[in-house]
Amino acid sequence: MPEPVGFFTDSSVCIGCKACEVACKEWNQLEGNTPSWGDGFDNTKQLDAENWRHVKFIDNVPQGEMLTGNGAAWLMMSDVCKHCKNAACMEVCPTDAIVRTEYDTVYIQPSVCNGCRDCISACPFGVIGFSAKTGAAQKCTLCYDRLQANMQPACAKVCPTQSIQFGTLSDLHAKADARLATLHAQGNDKAQLYGRDDSIYGGLNSFFLLMDKPEVYGLPNKENAVLPSRNNFKSYLAAFVAAAIGVFAGVKALSGPSPSSGESTGGTA
Amino acid sequence: MTNHWRDIKNADLILINGANPAEAHPVGFQWFMRAKLDPQRGPGKGGGAKMIHADPRFSRTSAVSDMYVRIRTGTDVAYFGGLMNYVLQNNLHHADYVTHYTNASFIVSKDYSFNDGLFSSYDPKTRTYKNPKPPPGAAVDSWKYELDGDGFARRDNSLQDPRCVFQLLKKHYSRYTPEMVQTITGIPKEDFLKIAQMVGEMGRPDKVMTIVYAVGLTQHTTGSQLIRSAALLQLLLGNMGRPGGGMNAERGHANIQGNTDNAISWEILPGYLKIPQPGQKSLDDYIKASASKKLDPNSWNFFGTNYKKFMVSLLKTWYGDSATAANDFAFNWIPKPAGNSSWLTIYDQALKKKMDGVILSGMSATSIGPDSNLVMQALSNLKWLVVMDPFPTTSSEFWHGPGMTPANVQTEVFQVPCTHWIEKDGSFVNSGRWMQWKDAVLPPQGESRHDHWVLAELLYRVKALYAKEGGKFPDPIMHLTMDYKDPRKPTLDELAREVNGKDLKTGKQMVTFAKLQDDGTTTAGDWIYTGSYTPKGNMSKRRNGVQDPKKNDPTGMGFYPQWAWSWPLNRRVLYNRASADLVGKPWDPKRPGIKWDGGKWVGDVPDYPPKMSPTDPNAWLPFIMNGEGVGRIFSNTMVDGPIPEHYEPVESPVQNALHPTVSASPVVFLYDKAAKRENRFGTSDEYPIIATTYRLTEHEHFVTQQIPQLVQLQPEAFVEIPTGLAQEKGVKTGDMVRVHSKRGEMHVRAVVTNRVGQLTLGDKKVWQVGIPIHWGFVGVAAELQPEKSKYWLANALTPFVGDANSRTPETKAFLVNIDKLA
Repeated sequence: MPEPVGFFTDSSVCIGCKACEVACKEWNQLEGNTPSWGDGFDNTKQLDAENWRHVKFIDNVPQGEMLTGNGAAWLMMSDVCKHCKNAACMEVCPTDAIVRTEYDTVYIQPSVCNGCRDCISACPFGVIGFSAKTGAAQKCTLCYDRLQANMQPACAKVCPTQSIQFGTLSDLHAKADARLATLHAQGNDKAQLYGRDDSIYGGLNSFFLLMDKPEVYGLPNKENAVLPSRNNFKSYLAAFVAAAIGVFAGVKALSGPSPSSGESTGGTA
Repeated sequence: MTNHWRDIKNADLILINGANPAEAHPVGFQWFMRAKLDPQRGPGKGGGAKMIHADPRFSRTSAVSDMYVRIRTGTDVAYFGGLMNYVLQNNLHHADYVTHYTNASFIVSKDYSFNDGLFSSYDPKTRTYKNPKPPPGAAVDSWKYELDGDGFARRDNSLQDPRCVFQLLKKHYSRYTPEMVQTITGIPKEDFLKIAQMVGEMGRPDKVMTIVYAVGLTQHTTGSQLIRSAALLQLLLGNMGRPGGGMNAERGHANIQGNTDNAISWEILPGYLKIPQPGQKSLDDYIKASASKKLDPNSWNFFGTNYKKFMVSLLKTWYGDSATAANDFAFNWIPKPAGNSSWLTIYDQALKKKMDGVILSGMSATSIGPDSNLVMQALSNLKWLVVMDPFPTTSSEFWHGPGMTPANVQTEVFQVPCTHWIEKDGSFVNSGRWMQWKDAVLPPQGESRHDHWVLAELLYRVKALYAKEGGKFPDPIMHLTMDYKDPRKPTLDELAREVNGKDLKTGKQMVTFAKLQDDGTTTAGDWIYTGSYTPKGNMSKRRNGVQDPKKNDPTGMGFYPQWAWSWPLNRRVLYNRASADLVGKPWDPKRPGIKWDGGKWVGDVPDYPPKMSPTDPNAWLPFIMNGEGVGRIFSNTMVDGPIPEHYEPVESPVQNALHPTVSASPVVFLYDKAAKRENRFGTSDEYPIIATTYRLTEHEHFVTQQIPQLVQLQPEAFVEIPTGLAQEKGVKTGDMVRVHSKRGEMHVRAVVTNRVGQLTLGDKKVWQVGIPIHWGFVGVAAELQPEKSKYWLANALTPFVGDANSRTPETKAFLVNIDKLA
């Protein structure tokens, strides 16, 4: 088995050129959507079936004649499927179309997908879209076909500033830690890694260096990044307790003298 | 560029003016980022190069810069002038360099003066600086050096003489105080001084700064001087000729550098030889008027000395055996334009109905403007218009464009489908002067033909008509060589060989322009490219690069001499003799350009005789090309002054704070006025908002309107409006607004942002807005919104006026007003 791989997307050096978006479409033969206005700079608007990379623009530029850039005022970030360790999409897929590959990436097998779209509502990042053309759910494959040919993903290949880096997770973690240390040393206190550790859905194979809080980029922070799933012991336990109480209440109600006394606790079974 | 893209990683400080490399050159921009991330670079103790972006708007370049300052468009002479003043007042210039490598010590004529915005020799009647007894092509008399008995310029190496260039410069820019800079540019004094402090440090030999610019400096009535002012600062700091330094123009197309080198501009022949002028009856007249004169005993004056060799070799390329010593090598067969023949002049002539036809090859007049409505009017006066392009353009479709009544257009329009560059091989010459060969990706589609085949066919048929019917002055046409296997279909490989030139005695390809002759025994289609295609083959195909940096980049400076080919003679940094001190030691041993090893110069290909000892009393001065032998701080080659001066854009909301009576450039040519057409310049009463235009990363000028995936990224025209102005107008992002100037209007979406803003100019506050240029009434987006797209041409707003020297239109600074559309 190859080592787990992923993306390290360093938003501090992103210049919003969208070469990643175009290269992705070229390689994966995505036609894109009908052109429509977004807000001037972000006209892709979201990740979906036709857009597997999406550069977000967050204009937090203050008023003033002299400004500091350094990646912290006009935020740009090339968003992509996170290839979560605890992947909700994979868990809800009823046909097992979504698999974890030998590269530790999350991949939708188009020939197995039945187009039920459960994964679309399950994904906490809004990554997946449904393609009417193929009848399947679609998202970033981390260029599964290129990986098999020993090539790096198209977006990382074209990124001119090395904002998108591809590699083994262990290498990328080391690079990210070093970059963060440099930024902190330069006084960029808000710089932080996102998905580097397991606090976000067990860890993200495509993780990020952000120049502000995750919420600013429209990403769930670690308090919110909680998956109601069998992987999440706490919520699983909570559900179990609730269910047990419900069953208990139901049994008690049935066995009790008053048929109406159990109404307020209704079972969850 | 004097340097090249990869070299930017060698800089400690990067000044970016009139450019937006992150958006317009994202791939080249990696080198800016590498400098920034390299802890060895930077002012002070290092920690990474610092990037300072002075621009009308906070762009994607500013987003990653260390410092962004909002500058009023077109005021960069004040910015650089202020920096020069700071350097000079604080003695931060590189003293050795300035004394020995620039003309700071040259004594200027007593007749030279500068008062109240005017240099000496001004003639208000003709609005020109005049030479009292002009031989054709000569410079203004009073802008000259004082000469000694041998005809050399007098010098004062102590730089104390009040009429030496150094003292004149100091005096000239003493007016550019930080307060004055603030009043003109809008940059607060304190912020300006922070920049000045960093810049001042770059005069130290162990520090180096690069200045990067693009058409944000060029496209102004003072464009040439805006660029010159930055170059002067680099000379004062001793940064010209050094790795990590230089003046670096980012070119706007993949091959615009190659175009320029090969005479895309009307006033030059290939290799920057001047176009002959009426009155020059012989080749010798031409050389006398065009070639620079030696002004110092130690000046090599290489260009001036060899001018005739380059010109004769060019004429031999064009006219072959028909060019002989007896007919002055066919000198009188090439045109001698009697007047200006620039782009603006072509439209002006068409407006006056003095043009029959125009061929547009790879450019769209209507979209490019300026003043697109006037341009469309000009095109409608033609008898015929040929548009050579892979796609329909706003020029091929102008006759049914917005505001046009097809019945009133007499022009017959021919669309000749030409191949796109991906359908042909050939070379691109990048901004760093690297000639890089490429292969065709696809065969020509449909019935398209290569542009050069269309032109060759045209010549073939014109020759046939001359042969059959005769005609006026047939020689220049009939004798033009077409020495290719198939003269109707020359290959680009054949053209590349021809551009390099050959020795007619041996038939072999030339290896260097140093061996070109003026006796008709050599050819060179463009002498600066001689050496690009030698008997060893096409040098631009070489690809020894980063696959083996040790072998391919032996100096470690990023020259990669075996990668492609760089003009001249594969030199990677121009003027590199100036990278070493008087005895040949690099100013900064860690960043050498070339150095003298006791017997020869090593490092980059030296811009100097390879074995000339720097300590030889007869050693040439470092700048070998010009007559002075040194960098020209004071120059008499410009039409608008020997030292850059700030003049307001023709449309400006303020008077020139330095000299209100001479506000805009006094020598700019005013086409409408001269032709007695109606005035098309607006005033700030009606149009109080400053506007500038620019490109976005998602599109490449106008051609990408045909590429759906790029149109998806940027589907619709817009204007960037400051938050405060938007509040005044009741506009929010996404609303439709009407942006209008004296000349035309756009109906576009508003993008409300703090990335553009207000400027405080003295006691006046002025808004500045930004308009991307990419849209028009042709293309994928236009087809989706045909009604809206009628008002998408940004150049419908821009003024019909150009730089005093080059006549490049002032599309970067003009006045508009904005209203909300229902």
